[in-house]
Amino acid sequence: MSNFFTASIGRKFLMSITGLFLMLFILVHLTINLLLIFDDSGDLFNKGAHFMATNPAVKIMEPILGLGFLIHIIWSFLISWENWKARPVKYNKQDLSKASSWSSRNMLILGALVLVFLVIHLYNFYLKIKITGSPLLEHTNVGGVDMENTYNLVSSLFIGNWFYSLLYVAGGILLGLHVIHGFWSSFQTIGLNNQIWMKRLQTIAWVYAVVVAVGFSVIPLYFLIKF
Amino acid sequence: MQKLNSKIPAGPLAEKWSRHKAAINVVSPANKRKLEIIVVGTGLGGASAAASLAELGYNVKAFCYQDSPRRAHSIAAQGGINAAKNYQNDNDSIFRLFYDTVKGGDYRAREANVYRLAEVSPNIIDQCVAQGVPFAREYGGLLDNRSFGGVLVSRTFYARGQTGQQLLLGAYQALNRQISKGNVKMYSRHEMLDVVVKDGKARGIIARDMVTGEIKRFGAHAVVIATGGYGNVFFLSTMAMGANGSAAWQCYKKGAMFANPSFVQIHPTCIPVHGSQQSKLTLMSESLRNDGRVWVPKKLEDAQKLREGKIGPNDIPDEDRDFYLERRYPSYGNLVPRDVASRAAKERCDAGYGVNPEGKAVYLDFKYSIERLGKKVIEARYGNLFQMYEKITDADPYKEPMMIYPAIHYAMGGVWVDYNLMTTIPGLYAIGEANFSDHGANRLGASALMQGLADGYFILPYTIGDYLAGEIMTPKVDVNAPEFEAAEKEVTDRLYKLFNVKGTRTVDYFHKELGHIMWDYVGMSRNEEGLKKAISGIQKLREEFWADVKIPGELNNLNPELEKAGRLADFFDIGELMARDALLRNESCGGHFREESVTEDGEAMRNDEKYAHVSIWEYLGEKKEPALHIEPLVFENVKLSQRSYK
Amino acid sequence: MADKILKKLYIKVWRQNNAQDKGRFETYEIENVSTGSSFLEMMDILNNNLIEKGIDPVAFDHDCREGICGICSMFINGRPHGPDSAVTTCQLHMRKFNDGDTITVEPWRAAAFPVIKDLVVDRTAFDKILQAGGFVSVNTGGVPDGNAILISRDDAEEAMDAAACIGCGACVAACKNSSAMLFVAAKVSHLAKLPQGRIEAKARARNMVARMDELGFGGCTNTGACEAECPKSISISHIARLNREYLVAKFSE
Repeated sequence: MSNFFTASIGRKFLMSITGLFLMLFILVHLTINLLLIFDDSGDLFNKGAHFMATNPAVKIMEPILGLGFLIHIIWSFLISWENWKARPVKYNKQDLSKASSWSSRNMLILGALVLVFLVIHLYNFYLKIKITGSPLLEHTNVGGVDMENTYNLVSSLFIGNWFYSLLYVAGGILLGLHVIHGFWSSFQTIGLNNQIWMKRLQTIAWVYAVVVAVGFSVIPLYFLIKF
Repeated sequence: MQKLNSKIPAGPLAEKWSRHKAAINVVSPANKRKLEIIVVGTGLGGASAAASLAELGYNVKAFCYQDSPRRAHSIAAQGGINAAKNYQNDNDSIFRLFYDTVKGGDYRAREANVYRLAEVSPNIIDQCVAQGVPFAREYGGLLDNRSFGGVLVSRTFYARGQTGQQLLLGAYQALNRQISKGNVKMYSRHEMLDVVVKDGKARGIIARDMVTGEIKRFGAHAVVIATGGYGNVFFLSTMAMGANGSAAWQCYKKGAMFANPSFVQIHPTCIPVHGSQQSKLTLMSESLRNDGRVWVPKKLEDAQKLREGKIGPNDIPDEDRDFYLERRYPSYGNLVPRDVASRAAKERCDAGYGVNPEGKAVYLDFKYSIERLGKKVIEARYGNLFQMYEKITDADPYKEPMMIYPAIHYAMGGVWVDYNLMTTIPGLYAIGEANFSDHGANRLGASALMQGLADGYFILPYTIGDYLAGEIMTPKVDVNAPEFEAAEKEVTDRLYKLFNVKGTRTVDYFHKELGHIMWDYVGMSRNEEGLKKAISGIQKLREEFWADVKIPGELNNLNPELEKAGRLADFFDIGELMARDALLRNESCGGHFREESVTEDGEAMRNDEKYAHVSIWEYLGEKKEPALHIEPLVFENVKLSQRSYK
Repeated sequence: MADKILKKLYIKVWRQNNAQDKGRFETYEIENVSTGSSFLEMMDILNNNLIEKGIDPVAFDHDCREGICGICSMFINGRPHGPDSAVTTCQLHMRKFNDGDTITVEPWRAAAFPVIKDLVVDRTAFDKILQAGGFVSVNTGGVPDGNAILISRDDAEEAMDAAACIGCGACVAACKNSSAMLFVAAKVSHLAKLPQGRIEAKARARNMVARMDELGFGGCTNTGACEAECPKSISISHIARLNREYLVAKFSE
């Protein structure tokens, strides 16, 4: 295993493993979030949020998730820097449009934009729920259990607020573009790919990306349009 | 004549090689470590020799003019490699391969050498498989074979249409392994400019670092030339642009004799020349003739209209098409050997039936096979060739016939070597296409790869030991010796002289002119008058060249024009010697066709009484006529017969 | 289909006298080029014109001119080997261009491929990678019969797909990261698919990747540009196999 994490494939392996982990998280996150639009009373979502906030397994996973994000972000800059150095003199004219997709070439930019979105997102919700608290979170009672009214916090961000709603739609689309390459690429990097699975993985990646982008975009639009 | 001892071992043909191996000297491992060998060229012969010698423990220095040993032109061989494996149970044998090769060479090769080639051929396949060469396989996992022109068995192993590439990469990988172990020191982008002879023995080379222009000396206990053929003397050929005869020629000028220079092979199925800007001819695999029918129009006026583009080939009805190969050679038809097919095409075009604007092309038509077998079958067989043709010519061979014309392809002649592959300079060896020994006057398809690897893997590593066993007391060669100094000065002076001509015409101008002379008079069809014209024409052109060539750039920098000029200067000499050799050999054999030596119906006629020999040329000095020596060819195991394909 | 004449072209080409020179672009006019000419024949004509004008001709690598030696290496109008697919520069024909075009010609750009002169780059890094393990360690002689080990046709074919690599470097030139992964993968995959190559598979993957990293190539980000620009269309599925071979090798050490 010597020098594994500094070798080019080792670094990519870390990106791939953390990426796969984050994509799994995104799926869980999206599932819980979609509860927002299936029950306008908010009880369903609040129950889900309460479950996630109190479940010991999730508590254990939380720092690991944070670490996953950190590694994925730091390594992406590291790798991009190394890759940038590999061509000190740039081409005068380069046309990559026929050879590769735009998103595959711009993972760093897409990732950085997602990161910006993530910071705003953390400020909007995570900070308030976990640290500072917010009057919007005043407790509610669902089926006899006392819990924070997370639904209220979320819905009030979007209702009547064009800016945040569109920002979150943009966030969903950026994430979708990021994972449309990231999904099959992770499998490729850990070697789980061949000529037959290449097309299948790319199809699954496409489906996954659409689900993520549409899924996350639907929520703010729902609140914006319905209320 | 002491020099020209071919050292063919006594005894029955089938035992010569094993008896010889048992009799020759061997160098101990401890002594091999002290000995150095220079290998020039890294094609199939050079790379396999360098790797095998290094594995044995010798210190090897390998040279190539390309940026990597993997680029050598062996890589372009398409069809396959012959070996007497008899995997197909079709009664193939070492003797049958030997016999086919001698007959295919029109009885102008040495029996003993050819038999040895056939004898080691099965080992080549085993070796390549062990190296990881991805030969084509049957569904059961066994090696596949295909058949090839001029023989009755299936003995050709292949890797798609890239057999040469895969075999070369196998040898290159073996070479890389020895480079990584430090047993081979590789000098890429280095061009050999002279061989250094000291006390009558080859002791090193002078080479130019093509990037810096530096002239360097390299010493060794033996020198191996594996520098391929001289087909580029014709300017247009299927050879790589950089392929040249200079290394062999420098050896010749230092005392290595040159054998059968007039024997060059012309391949019938190349894409024709277009316009005057063309630099290189592309070969289309010979296998196309299995399913294509060759024709030209019957009527001169149709040919005229085709050349002017007024009609297309499909406008000519079948009854107005002249399938001349089928007409002239009813039994072999379109599958006559390369030399016969080439000459027949030239004959029709010379008579005015050529079909492209230049009048130098014939049709190879797949219409009939497509009608018979369906497009799918043809596509499966020749898909990538058709695609390559379309990329180059922008014409679709599924819809209209291909245009083809013969082109120079291979040099059977080369540096004379004895049974040990040693030239007439002790310690100087020549292997692969660079030597003359195995193909006589015509090479069979898929035999060039076989010869290169046989020489490099299985013959030279044994025979060189016989010489080096006598060199174990020779210390490391001192490159400061006066002989090296003199050789370097000679090289430098010549480069200065060339560079300082500062004339008005480019190197390519002269090369094209030389090519015209060669093609017109020393090409597919030769006669006394033309050959004499060629000799005087070349001499005149050479004088002009040395007085008027213009070489731009710098001496001490990468300078492709300078490289080309140096090679061309030698091509003049090679071309002249080819013409001389062709002039003296007043018979038609294999690729060498003398119009004076034909049967009543115009077919080639050999003259075994006068010319069953190798003609060997000795350099006697600048502006002096070279001396001709003769090595009689003795055939004890095959019966000489006139080839007939009627 | 009949060849036409391109009356005038402008060739904007990188000129650099040697490795130390800073280099610059020069634009040359060239007239009356047949569309049936190959790109390299056009360069020959250009060079002949330059020589006649007393200008040093443009140095470029070329040899076999039939698409197999892999030495030609021009970056033409933003793409390695120019605007055609599955061809090398020597197989690119002028019918891909229009009269009056400006054609930009650059050398391969990568830290691992320094420019020697004009369009000629040094690709010995590729040789070095292969020397680190791109072979089967067998000496000449003493090997079993060619048919002693059966190899399935599918395996042999897939090995051949990878072995078709001509080592031209278009993958590196096309890659936004100057990664040599497709080149390395082609050799690792070729030998990994054959029983003869399996024996040293782990060491080969480890050593070749280590050498590749040392030589200053970038890493692979799976954009697939290498496959799209490869003159032999070698699939990036071989990169997946390299990754697999490498991970197995590293995890077992």
